[in-house]
Amino acid sequence: MSGGALFLAVFLACAVEAVEATTIVLAAGTARDWRSATTGLFAALVTLAVLIVALGPALSAVPLHALRLIVGGLLLVFGLQWLRKAILRASGHKAQHDEEQIYATELAAAQAAPHEQRGFVTDWYAFTLAYKGVVLEGLEVVFIALTFGTNDHNLPLASAAAGAAVLVVAAAGIAVRAPLGRVPENSMKFVVGVMLTAFGTFWGAEGAGARWPGDDASLPVVVAAVAVLAFALVAFLRRAHGDSRPAAPAVPLSVSNL
Amino acid sequence: MIARLRQFGAFWYDFVIGDDWQVAAGVVIALAATYGLHRAAVPAWWVLPVAVLLLLPYSLWRATKPKRPDAE
Repeated sequence: MSGGALFLAVFLACAVEAVEATTIVLAAGTARDWRSATTGLFAALVTLAVLIVALGPALSAVPLHALRLIVGGLLLVFGLQWLRKAILRASGHKAQHDEEQIYATELAAAQAAPHEQRGFVTDWYAFTLAYKGVVLEGLEVVFIALTFGTNDHNLPLASAAAGAAVLVVAAAGIAVRAPLGRVPENSMKFVVGVMLTAFGTFWGAEGAGARWPGDDASLPVVVAAVAVLAFALVAFLRRAHGDSRPAAPAVPLSVSNL
Repeated sequence: MIARLRQFGAFWYDFVIGDDWQVAAGVVIALAATYGLHRAAVPAWWVLPVAVLLLLPYSLWRATKPKRPDAE
């Protein structure tokens, strides 16, 4: 895989998860206590860093074929799940992921919860909300960055892409102090779903012993084929959805409204 | 303790398997078929792409088909 494709895949996947984590931290900080929310955020980042330090060398020690089989299978399952959701959203069968709505829900729940001090944490609810949100969203990021980096023998580039995505999103979150509703999250999820599915297909087959015609040259073909399949399914489901709802307005098919 | 174990198991199930367990099962079967064909010296690169071609529309069909009232 080229360095650019590796960077883009990891950056987009990490950015999507970082947007979701930022929304939760912003809700915890705004509704409750910024100090506790920030402590939760840093505690979560330390947890994720420990995981990376522990798992990184362990993954590097696994034989490449076994790693590609396991990682390929997991990436393929993740990719198909992401793509399934993205296609359902793009075709109108599922509500679009709305960070502003999620922010409002988290904010209301945070405002209603009672205050409790534990140790040096002044607001335990804000701490645990931020901690859990960042760890849960970050786990997938850690997995994607580690596996892409290890498979491609370029862990530093994958880590740089993950770090860059987190920094860009965090900076945007700090700048606006509001949910990042303008980030085209659904479109990004669609692209990441296509990439995870394609890389999972490619690595999974190689890990199970298959040899691709043209070796690495077939990877872009797999990416393109998955993208075409996904767009075709969106178009088909939109038409089916429109047929069942005669009053639905026609929306042109493009990545920007996926 | 059991409730925590259950929560732990539910988290990993949700993290790895997700919304549709049949997709995960299909991927495992496709990987096993690829390995089997490779061991039998038959070209096997096409198995996973075909699996994606079948699994994704099937999963979408399951997600969008109208639910029967008695199934809820």
